[in-house]
Amino acid sequence: MAKNDAPPRWDRKMQQRLARGEAAALGELYDRFASLVHLLAHRVLRDEQAADDITGEVFAHVWENPDAYDPKQGPLRSWVATLTHRLAVQRLRQTETAALAQGGPGTAEDLERKVRRASVAARADYIVTAMPVPLRTALDLAYFQRRDYRQAAADLGVTEDEARRRLRLGLQLLATAHDSGPSGAPPEYGGAR
Amino acid sequence: MSGSGRFEAYDGHEEHDRDGDGDGYGYGYGHGHGDHDEYEDHRDGKGNGNGRGPGNGNGRGNGAGDKQGPPDEPPRIPMPRSSVEDTGLPLPDPPPSAPPPSPPTALVLEHGVLKSLLGAWALAACSPEETTAVEEHLGVCGACADEALRLREAVGLLHPPESLDLDPTLRTRVLESCLDRRPPRIPVPAWAAPYDAEAARLDALLQDIGDAEWHTPVRLRWFEGDDPTSRRTTVAGVIAHLLSVDGLVSLALGLGDPLGELPAGTATPAARTEAFWRASHFPPTRSVRAPWREQSHTLVRTVSFAGGGSGQLSVPYGDFELPLQDSLLDRAFECWVHAGDIADAVDYPYGPPSPAHLHEMIDLGARMLPGALAARRRAGLAGPGRARHLVTAGAPGRSLRLEIEGSGGGEWLIPLDSPGALASADHEVAHVALDGVEFCRLAAGHVSPEEAAAGQNGDRAAIRDVLFAVASLSRM
Repeated sequence: MAKNDAPPRWDRKMQQRLARGEAAALGELYDRFASLVHLLAHRVLRDEQAADDITGEVFAHVWENPDAYDPKQGPLRSWVATLTHRLAVQRLRQTETAALAQGGPGTAEDLERKVRRASVAARADYIVTAMPVPLRTALDLAYFQRRDYRQAAADLGVTEDEARRRLRLGLQLLATAHDSGPSGAPPEYGGAR
Repeated sequence: MSGSGRFEAYDGHEEHDRDGDGDGYGYGYGHGHGDHDEYEDHRDGKGNGNGRGPGNGNGRGNGAGDKQGPPDEPPRIPMPRSSVEDTGLPLPDPPPSAPPPSPPTALVLEHGVLKSLLGAWALAACSPEETTAVEEHLGVCGACADEALRLREAVGLLHPPESLDLDPTLRTRVLESCLDRRPPRIPVPAWAAPYDAEAARLDALLQDIGDAEWHTPVRLRWFEGDDPTSRRTTVAGVIAHLLSVDGLVSLALGLGDPLGELPAGTATPAARTEAFWRASHFPPTRSVRAPWREQSHTLVRTVSFAGGGSGQLSVPYGDFELPLQDSLLDRAFECWVHAGDIADAVDYPYGPPSPAHLHEMIDLGARMLPGALAARRRAGLAGPGRARHLVTAGAPGRSLRLEIEGSGGGEWLIPLDSPGALASADHEVAHVALDGVEFCRLAAGHVSPEEAAAGQNGDRAAIRDVLFAVASLSRM
């Protein structure tokens, strides 16, 4: 996905345009990130309407607080993903807490586990979207298309060594999804890039 | 990644995993065959070196008493699963307990090779021999066992992508709500909004289609005179067409022409498109998406800075001109129509624009009708004697009531005698009722005037003229 490699210049200009109050910039921001935002929100909340709502909240937050993003701190994409993650997990916890308070099934520990699992799953999704395309392609072949690594190597026109390397590295990156802090803590999305 | 269909068979293990208690993985990598000589070196080197001796109590060592894996477990065979949900539990099933028919020939691999196989192993993408070799190694190498566990867990985090189809109306809703909360200092002119929305909608469709689908044949259809015409191209060719014709607006705004230097006489949409197609040595590919999208974003941005007043600037189309605001509406319409062509070709659902935008597009068509009627008369396509008497400009003349039903609809009175005449309800000679989308299909040349589902009442000849005039609005 070429978008992942957008130069920081785009991020910086976007931030300036948003700060300047340019509505067209907001549209471009949406066009670039809406599907990522919605994907992550949906992975956490597992609900279309809730994911739509979070998508609205994320873009409203960026639009109303364009200075909250500092291009020096990392790519806009990671920042948007982190923001989405935080808002979605917050929403999940609220919803689940309310359900629990009204006598819903489960315990506080179940709730924490659910939040934690949703959080890891969303982070894993992000890592997959952000990982280098060759690694993602190799994982796709091996996992979804059930090619063994030799077939994958042939498909990709790389050596078997390289195919093994890509599969291992891809999974190593993905495994970092488990490394975020205590449940619900905003993960550092920048790490996967 | 790929469709969920491929997901089905692979990860049966995730369903019947352990109880999710985090560390009590009921899966032993060790198989109690520490007596395999070929692994002695590794066990000594790695096992002791990093303080992870065999049988360290976490189930990953090679404790001889490990109940889980028979010494020579067969390669894991993917099992069908019933659901793609709940993939949070990553480790595989314990291997089937049935004894394997015959153990694969023992493979002797170096530590570095075994380590490099861990990713493929975790994905069950090794040969049976390699799988056995890796699993034997895991019993004696704590470092690799740790990594293997971690990678296996990571496999459980792979999900088929969920539907990426965002609700297309979400964009407008989200943007409007943002702009309500913080009014923009530089708004997008209202007349550019349909173009902005349609380009975004088409782009979302393009994002979802695969490389090969970009070469799916698409037939562009329109009317020349009273005759249907078509031209064969591909999905990518359609985007090249949109890029070429949107370029007319870029040119009018003083932006660069995406086509670069073109020979003279190539100012019409069709000529520009043909020139673009001819100029590329290879058929267009998905690489046209980026320049098309960049140009559409640039256009919206540029007219925003130019302000609403710029809507009166003239955009030349070669043989006619449109004010910028109508031109962008026309581009929005074309974008939708061709997005529909593409969606049909690759079998995607694609709805009409929002009612407000659809209304604007229909209004543009209705406003262009008097000119189209005059052009037909000049070309001798409208029967003689249609205008029995010349109507002074600004004076009321014979009119047709165009009633558009459905979302985005409304009523328009079309002056029949000349573009300068005033439409007048008192001089109504005919009434045509059409669904909004059907009207647009007619204006796009996608349905013939004879076949368009139109309710008709009144002067037959006038109705025929108007329906053919609507079709004549279409072009490549």
